[in-house]
Amino acid sequence: MTDLLDILANPSFWVAVLRIATPLILGTLGVLLCERAGVLNLGIEGIMVAGAFTGWLAVFAGAPLWAGVGVAALTGMAFGLLHAFLTVGLALSQHVSGLGITLLATALSYFGYRVSFPKVNTPPTIAPFAPMEWLPVPILNAQTALTLLALLLVPAIAWVLYRTPLGLAVRMVGENPQAAESQGVSVAATRTGAIVAGSALMGVAGSFLTLSAFNAFFFNMVNGRGWICVALVVFASWRPGKALLGALLFAFFDALQLRLQQSGDAVLPYQIYLMLPYLLSILALVLVARKASYPQALMKPYRKGER
Amino acid sequence: MRLERRHESSRTALVLAPIGAIVFTMAISALLVLWAGAPVGRTYALLLQGGFGSVFAWSETLTRAIPLILTGLAATVAFKARLFNIGAEGQLFAGALAAVAVGGMHGGTGFELSPWLLFPLMMLAAAVAGALLLLGPALMKNKLGVDEVVTTLLINFIVLLGVSALLDGPMKDPSAMGWPQSVSLQSDLELGKLVAQTRVHTGLLWAVSLAVMVWAIFKYTVLGFDIRAVGANARAAVFAGVPVTRTVVMVALLSGALAGLAGAIEVAGRTSYVTLDMSPGYGYTGIAIAMLAGLHPLGVIAAGVFVAGVLVGADTMSRAVGVPTYIADVIVAASLVAVLVATLLTQYRVRMK
Repeated sequence: MTDLLDILANPSFWVAVLRIATPLILGTLGVLLCERAGVLNLGIEGIMVAGAFTGWLAVFAGAPLWAGVGVAALTGMAFGLLHAFLTVGLALSQHVSGLGITLLATALSYFGYRVSFPKVNTPPTIAPFAPMEWLPVPILNAQTALTLLALLLVPAIAWVLYRTPLGLAVRMVGENPQAAESQGVSVAATRTGAIVAGSALMGVAGSFLTLSAFNAFFFNMVNGRGWICVALVVFASWRPGKALLGALLFAFFDALQLRLQQSGDAVLPYQIYLMLPYLLSILALVLVARKASYPQALMKPYRKGER
Repeated sequence: MRLERRHESSRTALVLAPIGAIVFTMAISALLVLWAGAPVGRTYALLLQGGFGSVFAWSETLTRAIPLILTGLAATVAFKARLFNIGAEGQLFAGALAAVAVGGMHGGTGFELSPWLLFPLMMLAAAVAGALLLLGPALMKNKLGVDEVVTTLLINFIVLLGVSALLDGPMKDPSAMGWPQSVSLQSDLELGKLVAQTRVHTGLLWAVSLAVMVWAIFKYTVLGFDIRAVGANARAAVFAGVPVTRTVVMVALLSGALAGLAGAIEVAGRTSYVTLDMSPGYGYTGIAIAMLAGLHPLGVIAAGVFVAGVLVGADTMSRAVGVPTYIADVIVAASLVAVLVATLLTQYRVRMK
């Protein structure tokens, strides 16, 4: 018990929480944008891998760090465009298209890594983002600028969604595409835009792993974080503020799990602690399922003139 | 751009669509071969040769195809009813563990059974383990509206961690020199070889028979009709008097059991014990195979052999010309996307305006 208090009283614990939460915040916002427009994007897991890889590769090749983030965003956009073409243009199953993109993006990234570094055993490193020590805010000043970006994007996206005509259009095509179309909103264009923007965020979420949290690209480094984001969006009932809360809560338990594991008097096999985040996600899904207010048109393809 | 439904799609087009999509994929993937700095023609020739070019190549391909056909069937059954089971990987490991628990753990405890009794018990345990793992997500989807994609995916991580804990602890083989691997099956429970001097085992017959069985269920039984009805439109199925919950439960049990059997058959036919790397993602590849086959159970056999051939061939090719083996995964994933588009084009016409 005193152990637990010790852990919670230590600022380094909260630094870890915010660090673990960052890719989840970015990824969850990305999924949220897509789903608000009525499109499930299970490509996230692969898009994060691809963003982690291309962002890192750009920096390794000599680009500045922010250009690496930009490259990761562009990578995300490219896969988002493919997902939009398949699900909005051709009205294919959103589940299947997303899974296909995850497989494709992951395979392409691993292939690209192996082609670029054929005989390397220890992954080559870069100099990642430095902590913002100039910031007079404790805990936040141990983070990098990407964390600040993620935190700022939460109110920004909430503002766009709820306070601008663009956000209204996005929410309308996710709730009632027929009505949106009759108001002169192009369902296809709005959905495509939302998917591309959301996928860009997923790419950036991936690049956080290689450009900030670590300094190299590893296989399996995304390790299910994308799927957790999909669960977090349901937990957040599609609201940016709650998405931030969910990501922080999740990161809290993940960081706690790590500390308990290290504290030495762990009674259970370490794998049990590692299971906690996944169990927690499922529990969260079950708990909010009953009152979850899905965007009404989520996963329903829209074809003009067809009902 | 808009889509117009075609009045009829010809059978030829339906068969040619996946083939055309695969040819298209190979053409696009040629760019990756060029990027890796290898000659395209030779690389593809080596890939084909490595997968299908000799008796040995065929034996390796068919060995690899066995778990892929089974996980492909698992995905086919579930997807047909729009139950998106992405958990075949976890179900496969659950089945493998159950098989070893029944067929390997009882030695020395005086619990001796004839292999004639023990073998069916082992397979049953594997099927039940896989089935139970999918039952929860299926019921959560049906009763609570929890998206089954996310739950089945997350359960994969939980199962793999559980397997890892068991292989470190209670199920660890004490004679494995510290490696996290389970105890072995009793040797009289292992599947026989189909061809001497190769690794192909009689699990191939299991996989093919199960594919035929699933095909017969789809075609000739009430359950098959119900599955298609639920998959086409769950709400309409309720109105038509189809027992939706019961159908979903049956689908979950069948799909999970097939994935569980994939694990047991891998253990009984190939590895004889469970390790964490016994499956390089067969559960996920099974999804691509089901889609490549257009959710047709007999097509799953062909798609499974094709994908297995590409994976096996890529190993040989990579050793010879140094193109990373990940190109096989790219080809499988890109074919999946291309086949989806090609199949759509057999049903719809794209009009630009």
